[in-house]
Amino acid sequence: MSKDVKISKGANIKLKGIADKLHTNTFIPTEIVLKPSDFPTLTPKLSVKVGDKVKAGSPLFFNKENERILFTSPVSGEVIEINRGEKRKILGVKVKADTETQYESFVKADPLTLSKEDILDNLLKSGVWPFFRQRPYDVIANPSDTPKAIHITALDTNPLAPDYGFIAHGKNTIFQTGLNALTKLTAGKVHLNINGNLNADEVFTSSKNVQLNKIEGPHPAGNVGVQIHHIDPINKGDIVWTLKALDVLTIGKLFIEGKFDASRSVAFVGSKVKKPSYIKTILGANISNIINGNVEEGGRYISGNPLTGTQIAEDGYLGFYDYQLTVIPEGGNNQFFGWMTPGFDKFSLSGTFFSKLMPNKEYDLNTNTNGEERAFVVSGEYEKVFPFDIYPVYLIKSILVNDIEAMENLGIYEVAPEDFALCEYACTSKNPVQQYIRDGLNVLKKEMA
Amino acid sequence: MKVLDDMMQKLKPKADGKFPLAYTVWDGMYTFLFVPGHTNKNGVHIKDGIDLKRTMVMVIIALIPALLFGIYNVGHQHFLAVGNVLQDAHVCEMFWDKFIFGALKVLPLIIVSYGVGLGIEFVFAAFNKHSIQEGFLVSGMLIPLIVPVDVPLWMVAVATIFAVIIGKEVFGGTGMNIVNVALTARAFLFFAYPTKMSGDEVWVSTTLEEGQQLVDGFSGATPLAKAVEGGTEALNNMNASVMESFIGFIPGSIGETSTLAIGLGALLLLITGIASWRIMLSTIVGGYVMAMLFNLWGANPFMELSPIHQLVIGGFAFGAVFMATDPVTGSQTNTGKYIYGFLIGVFAIMIRVFNPAYPEGMMLAILFMNIMAPLIDHYVVEANIKRRLKRVSVNA
Repeated sequence: MSKDVKISKGANIKLKGIADKLHTNTFIPTEIVLKPSDFPTLTPKLSVKVGDKVKAGSPLFFNKENERILFTSPVSGEVIEINRGEKRKILGVKVKADTETQYESFVKADPLTLSKEDILDNLLKSGVWPFFRQRPYDVIANPSDTPKAIHITALDTNPLAPDYGFIAHGKNTIFQTGLNALTKLTAGKVHLNINGNLNADEVFTSSKNVQLNKIEGPHPAGNVGVQIHHIDPINKGDIVWTLKALDVLTIGKLFIEGKFDASRSVAFVGSKVKKPSYIKTILGANISNIINGNVEEGGRYISGNPLTGTQIAEDGYLGFYDYQLTVIPEGGNNQFFGWMTPGFDKFSLSGTFFSKLMPNKEYDLNTNTNGEERAFVVSGEYEKVFPFDIYPVYLIKSILVNDIEAMENLGIYEVAPEDFALCEYACTSKNPVQQYIRDGLNVLKKEMA
Repeated sequence: MKVLDDMMQKLKPKADGKFPLAYTVWDGMYTFLFVPGHTNKNGVHIKDGIDLKRTMVMVIIALIPALLFGIYNVGHQHFLAVGNVLQDAHVCEMFWDKFIFGALKVLPLIIVSYGVGLGIEFVFAAFNKHSIQEGFLVSGMLIPLIVPVDVPLWMVAVATIFAVIIGKEVFGGTGMNIVNVALTARAFLFFAYPTKMSGDEVWVSTTLEEGQQLVDGFSGATPLAKAVEGGTEALNNMNASVMESFIGFIPGSIGETSTLAIGLGALLLLITGIASWRIMLSTIVGGYVMAMLFNLWGANPFMELSPIHQLVIGGFAFGAVFMATDPVTGSQTNTGKYIYGFLIGVFAIMIRVFNPAYPEGMMLAILFMNIMAPLIDHYVVEANIKRRLKRVSVNA
């Protein structure tokens, strides 16, 4: 049985610099960094010290609250630095890469022949596990849970997002092997949610042992939270695991080759990129040789997309979950009577800019806030881009006053910060909505522990 | 613009210096001239071009047709009253005389309203170490438009002070108020100085120069007052038929008379999406339905007034477009907005018809529904919670 979901609320933000569908380059990083900050609520504990030699798949740190969850090195080499911040908080573990990667070996077998325990063990030991995220709380899944379902999103509707079908194209065996592993982990179904706007790639449509759901509509249709809400909503007490389709490739490779192969395709996009295209690199790679000579001055580097990504320095590192490196113009200029300009060059979800008359225009937006933070005034704005049967403003207010029961009732278990990214984009009063949601989820997680 | 920017930066007082008010004033001025180039640090990296200033300015632009028409109508009504023009003459006769007379009457009201209101906002902002929030930009324009032209300036000042402090600042300022600020000012005037806010004497400016006198038979009554007495016939006799009331050359508060001008503003608000079409539509539907019910009842001439006629006289249109749609005091949920608007329409006509002592039912209806809006929303949200809880049993 499959489900067709049509989403009407939302908006696609069309930015300049979308990637051409070709792989232009392969960048083998000289060093990589694994950042605990990529994993919300994680308290890391180190398994290595500076000077240790590691292979690809050797643990660098683990989760203090659940020691089975390991974070392993994507490359082989030497641990050269452990970055610490305030109170000696671990910010990153840096590994200098060997020229030739050596891999730790893990179980190499068809997952359909393995038991659930063996599969879990393989995923956990190899460091692939952190790709599994769970709702509620939008954190790394707990391997001892049995989820109600596993949802995989095979489309990304964020601005400038990579085309998952293009990246996964032709990798049918790997993808199917990954899916097979997942089917053993849940008592319920594995849902593969594919693009209903365009023809989804054959690698997704030919998948077996899963329920295929077609998702149609503007962003945030690609957000797995939206998909779950419309396919099989989460109620209090339910646990659902989520993955991106591209993560499934890494899982597939683990079972076929018996190693943690962290190489990935990344969409290198944005108006500041000279030739936006796809590149091949490795999880956690240093971006300095990627951007070298390929971008224009004055850009902001974002690991991920412009709505949910993380700002990184020009010698920063790609995040664990990110298949996109975005470079957009940095703002910072004061705009003379900025609130009165006709606004042909600004994209707005309101109708107050003339750009509304040009629905197909691609924009070159910078990182300006375009106004100051204000008290919440305009109503009905979030609802236009929030395709849940949830009242976003009431949920946010319940979080701000720390009312746990109200948060539960108003649907906090179903949402993740990314689902509010468009609300935050649209907010007239410039409220940090995603941060509010993250804080609320953290409070709730602590309370329920 | 770099020069101006540099000059402003040089003048910048210290935020925590001796004169916090100086900083607030500077900040208010600076952010008026320049949208500061703050950039996003966490969360989304790109943001919508709209901000609260732009939102508020859109509403002010939407008010301009009503304002200009109001100014002209003040002059028009005055010259009618003193007999310089005749009712039958073309409305454009003595165009500039009317306009200038009106402007001289209306501009002082606007200046007083903005001066007093913004003054208070600046003081509160400095005291609370906030930046100036833009809410009063709209309130300050609404207040002069909903008062009779002959209201003394000091009354406007007192009402504005009351509205801004008691109506808004005590609750925490822009975005936190429970009832509409401009209507609070209007209600204050209405109840504190009833002789100046009702009756037949205040709606038309009858300041007489030497040698002038009012024409025979001049009453100065608004269509609402006339309708109470004589229904449709009385309105038609005073040149306030449906069409005439729609165009708006009738006595009334400054900005409320022309449904046509208000409609232009409404169009802008709807195209830009600033005001809720749900509230606007349901208010009009509510008013229409109630007027129709009264038609069926028909106990007095006022009840027999046609629904369309009810909607184009008095402050109904102005209230539906500019007051009921206030996002802060109105209902916040989409379902709630339908209920909220509908009830405003119903109550406005009901108060009008049942209680001729309060001919302007719209003000009271909106204020009442402002208070009720959180209750409506509460039940809408509760229904949502229950619906979502039900999913559990359906799935299980």
